[in-house]
Amino acid sequence: ENADPQKTAFLLCKAWTLYSVTPLYGFRRGRLRHYARLLSAFIAAEKQKGLAVEVGVELDIKVALSSLADLRGSELDQAALLVQLSSRSRASSRSSEDKLVWSGWFCCVFGEDLSENVPEGFTCLPLFLSHGAETYTSLVGSWFQKTFDCCFRRLAISPLNLSWMVAMWAGCKLDRAACAVELVFSVPRLSQPLDISYAIHPEDAKALWDTVQKTPGEISQEEVDVFMDCLYAHFHRHFKIHLSAAKLVKVSTAVASAHCDGIVKILHSQYLPGVLMLLTELAISQIQ
Amino acid sequence: HLATSLPLPSERDHLRPRIDLIVFMIDIKSKYSLKNVETSLAHVDASFFLGKVCFLVTGVGRVNACSIEMNAVCKLGEAYCSPVLFCELELEGIRAATAQRLVRMLQICAGHIPGVSALSFVSLMRNSDDD
Repeated sequence: ENADPQKTAFLLCKAWTLYSVTPLYGFRRGRLRHYARLLSAFIAAEKQKGLAVEVGVELDIKVALSSLADLRGSELDQAALLVQLSSRSRASSRSSEDKLVWSGWFCCVFGEDLSENVPEGFTCLPLFLSHGAETYTSLVGSWFQKTFDCCFRRLAISPLNLSWMVAMWAGCKLDRAACAVELVFSVPRLSQPLDISYAIHPEDAKALWDTVQKTPGEISQEEVDVFMDCLYAHFHRHFKIHLSAAKLVKVSTAVASAHCDGIVKILHSQYLPGVLMLLTELAISQIQ
Repeated sequence: HLATSLPLPSERDHLRPRIDLIVFMIDIKSKYSLKNVETSLAHVDASFFLGKVCFLVTGVGRVNACSIEMNAVCKLGEAYCSPVLFCELELEGIRAATAQRLVRMLQICAGHIPGVSALSFVSLMRNSDDD
C-alpha cells in the first residue's frame, strides 16, 4: 500500500487518459520480456504497413514491460503493469539516447469486486492509463486486445462522479498552501459554447467539507449533495446563475484533477492510492 | 399545458381547464431540474397523488452525462406513490412510444376509459416486497 515515492514519481503531474479493460486471458507475469519483444515486432510491422506514426522520422521503437509491485490496493490485487515505448534515432546506437515517447500502465486498486468473480486463467487489471500519442495507444491497445482477448474502452466520468471527486479531494488535508479548488461547467444549448470556471479558496472548500462530513473516512451521497448545493447556492446568490442546470465537465484540486472525457492528473503522492481506488471502481462499473 | 415550475400563475386560474394528469420532467443531466421538481411538488394538492401524477426522467440514453443519482429519483417516486417513467427524447422511436404511454395514462386519468380509473396506478405501485 505504501508505494516507494521514487518509483511512482513518474505518475504524478501527467495527464493520463483513462480506459477500462476487461480481464486478460492467458497473461503470465514471468513472460514480460517475451511480451515486450512481441509488442516491439508488432509495432515495427504496423509501421511497415504504412501506419507510420511520424512521417519522415526514422525511429526504432523499443518496448519495455515491467511490474510495479507496490502499486496495488491489497494482496488480492494484481501488481500494476507498466508499458513504456522509447525511441532511439537510428543515427545513434547508444542506449542513453533513448527518449520515452509513450507510457501506459494497467492497475487494480482494491478491485476485489471484479477479481473475485472471474474464472481461472484471467488476470484482472481493469484500469488502464496512457500518456503520449494516441496512435501509440491504439497500437498497444490492439496488441493487448489480440493477445489476451480483452477489450479496452474509454472511461468517461459523469458529472455525478466528478462531484464525488471534488468533494473527496477538497476535503483532503495537505501541508503546503494548495492551489484553488476549481470546477468548470459547460452550459448546454447555446449557439456559442460557454464555459464557466468557479474557483474556490482551498481552505474555504475544506472548511465547508468539514462541516458537511459526519464521519471521517466515510462519505455518503447526501454529504456530497449538500456540499455541491452549498457551492451552487453561493454562486447563484452572486451571479443569479443555476450551475446545477449546467454540466460539470472538470474538477481541479491540489490532490488531483479530472475531466469528464476521462483524463486525470494526480498531483500528490500521498493520495495516490485513494485516487486509484476510486478510478478502479469506475473502471469496474463500466466493465460490468 | 407546459410550465417551468409550480405553482401556476393565479391570474389564469379561472380560465384553466380541469387538470387530469401532472407529468414532472426530470433531466438526468440537470441537478437543477430535480431540485425544481422537488420544490414544485410542495404546491400540488394531495388528491393528485392518487394516480394523477407521474415522473418522467429524460436523457437516460447518456449515462455518462448523469448529474443526478437514480436512487434519489426512485425514492421520490416511492415517497409520492407515483410511477417513474424513463425515456430518451433524442431518439424518435422512444419519444413516440413515451408520448403514447402518457396519452394512454391521460385518457385513464380523464375518465375516458370505462372500468379503469387513476386509482389503478396506485395499486400497481405497491411494492412486491410487501407480499
